[in-house]
Amino acid sequence: MRAFRRLRRNFEHGVHPAHFKDQTADLPIQRVPFGKDYVMPLGQHIGVPAQAVVAAGERVTRGQLIAEPGGFVSTGLHSPVTGRVREIGDFRGVDGRFAPAIAIEADAFATQQVDARDRIDWEALSLEEFIKAVQMAGIVGMGGAAFPAHVKLSVPDGITIRHLLINGAECEPYLTTDHRLMLERPEALLEGAEIMRQKLGAEETVIGIEANKPDAIEIVQQHIAPGDPVRIVPLKVKYPQGAEKMMIKSVFDVEVPAGQLPRDVGVNVNNVGTIVAIADYFLRGMPLIERVVTVAGPGVTYPANLIVPLGTPVRDVVKFCGGLKPGTREMIMGGPMMGRPIASLDVPILKGCSGVLVFTEAETARRKEYPCISCGRCLEACPYFLNPSRLARLSKARMFDEMKAYNVFDCVECGCCTFACPSNIPIVQLIRTAKDDLAHRKEPDA
Amino acid sequence: MKQRDPDLLLFHAPLLRQGMTTPKAMRDVLLALAPATLASMWFFGLSAVLILASCIGGAVAAEWLFADRQARAESLRDASGILTGLLLGLTLPPGLPLWMAFLGGFVGIALGKVIWGGLGQNLFNPALLGRAFLLATFPIAMTTWVPAVTDGGFLQVYPGNLALPFMQVQIDAMSSATPLGLMKFEQEVTPLANLMFGKTTGSLGETSGLLLLLGGVFLWLRRDLDWRIPVSILLTVVVFSAILGLFDADRFPTPLFSVFSGGLLLGAIYMATDPVTSPVTPKGAWIFGIGTGVLVMLIRVFGGLPEGVMYAILLMNAATPLIDRYTQPRVFGRGGDS
Repeated sequence: MRAFRRLRRNFEHGVHPAHFKDQTADLPIQRVPFGKDYVMPLGQHIGVPAQAVVAAGERVTRGQLIAEPGGFVSTGLHSPVTGRVREIGDFRGVDGRFAPAIAIEADAFATQQVDARDRIDWEALSLEEFIKAVQMAGIVGMGGAAFPAHVKLSVPDGITIRHLLINGAECEPYLTTDHRLMLERPEALLEGAEIMRQKLGAEETVIGIEANKPDAIEIVQQHIAPGDPVRIVPLKVKYPQGAEKMMIKSVFDVEVPAGQLPRDVGVNVNNVGTIVAIADYFLRGMPLIERVVTVAGPGVTYPANLIVPLGTPVRDVVKFCGGLKPGTREMIMGGPMMGRPIASLDVPILKGCSGVLVFTEAETARRKEYPCISCGRCLEACPYFLNPSRLARLSKARMFDEMKAYNVFDCVECGCCTFACPSNIPIVQLIRTAKDDLAHRKEPDA
Repeated sequence: MKQRDPDLLLFHAPLLRQGMTTPKAMRDVLLALAPATLASMWFFGLSAVLILASCIGGAVAAEWLFADRQARAESLRDASGILTGLLLGLTLPPGLPLWMAFLGGFVGIALGKVIWGGLGQNLFNPALLGRAFLLATFPIAMTTWVPAVTDGGFLQVYPGNLALPFMQVQIDAMSSATPLGLMKFEQEVTPLANLMFGKTTGSLGETSGLLLLLGGVFLWLRRDLDWRIPVSILLTVVVFSAILGLFDADRFPTPLFSVFSGGLLLGAIYMATDPVTSPVTPKGAWIFGIGTGVLVMLIRVFGGLPEGVMYAILLMNAATPLIDRYTQPRVFGRGGDS
């Protein structure tokens, strides 16, 4: 049985949502014209917020450092436009809460071209200098979590990274940013991969791509020179194939032990967008000031794959796409399985924003919740083999402490259980409630 | 052209759903039972229609009566009451007085589901609880079997059906024994073909093994049932009979006879798999199935009753919470084997 499983090269469980990628998969990436107002939240990555190094009224140029890391798990921020700092204060974030941010007013007469900068001699940098450079460049995981990329590079003594795994699964429905990047910038992807591989001292680069993107597999393969330590692994189309621990299981047939990180099994996982950002910084001197965003969903007039400067209000992006169709009910930043609802059209595009999805009545109709009939569909969906049915029952009874015995903290909130539940029970939401309560009740174990 | 922003909802992801809902799953089971139900009407005529209708009527009446006044219409929408009534009806003898059938459906829902807190909360399968109640209360009527309609056509009704409440039940002149009864008390073996196609005496739904299997395959294809439960029950019964056959092939039933006789297929495919009252974990499903299979054979072979499916399932229902507790799945990245 074990040997048989090994042949299949996959992780177990998971779900099969419809892809909905046809809307944008064939649309080339295009650039959004510059607007007027930009808002750069200081805490758009996981970890400590950045600290502003500019003052209100100051003139900034596109790509200039405007905030420096507030600690080790923190990154720099750069101005997405040439203009003037309008205000440093609290602005509404994606979830509707106010958080510190730098507001910049673009100079209507600036060319908005990044000053041509020299290629950084990355080969001469020591590992510490390289990590510092990645941190200052503001590069974070571009897949959605926005975890600072340099933190993953600092490997403790005694651990050797053997594989650099590049995540091109893009298993979330609707999103096509990584797909388009692989099609349009395969050179940058492979250049960035080589920089990362050498700095990590890894033996090989493995690019995992879901099998529903055969064109991307083909094009990237064409750019791999014979003898390069790079190989592509086509992956079965299944959600959440792009969850890093699932992808490691699929590619290397290794389970990352609970509570540990990919590095503990000798793997460093990075998203396609992150690797391209590395190449853009070290080879072209471009810090992270813009990213590719898929704008799609049934409620948007002209779906598109766009290069959007960070801090651009969602309003401007949507306007460029022909506006919202009547009947728009909800907007999501990220994918439809794990993304965050957008509270207002004025919130900015963030580093971790892979998509802006617009949904209408059909997707957001209130679904009647039925009692749990213990059908077990959630157990068969959960890629971590948890018991979501039990967790949801315990959470409803507010028995949060008991949930720890059922490994509630192993849940990555991928939403498979909720997708699969025939009784429309908001399982993942109930689990989040419990995790939040437990985390705030006492200090989490560090 | 200043356009007003839409009022955005903040429903949390995932926004996508698989599309299967609990009422749909219930309707799937009703659909899967349709061939066997139609067969019961073919074999037992109008009596089958009347008994099934009485059971469903009793179940739905209890559901409606005990629901909140505001939620009454809603309580019927998930079709679980109809399913309980139908399942109960299929386990009853064709000649049973209709008022008993109605009472069985009513008690099944009232004591089997409502007092536990409604759908999803009950420990025992409501249909089987209703049947256990009838068997304890009206043992003679519940064990009086009539042969399938031979002549007289569809409109013929067994006289027992129309008995008035609490009047002396007329023992049917035409009564005969079920294949399991014949086996147990007369050592008479019914041909396998008769068991498969339904030419036997028995309760409404248990006479045609093939049609029950057909519905089971449908449910498996629709992912509405945990295949482990029927498979493990049937395998256990087969292995158990085969072992008994080694000792005394004449005295004990053959494996195929054991599978196709009595209510085993109906119980294994449609009742033991009731998700509410069976374990939710894969390992638990195997334990549940094996336990049910062993109990069925123990009761059939060594017990005082010819049939043991109902008690076997009810007993394993009682063990379900415990089984679930001790068979939690192995968590990803936490070692051990799944």
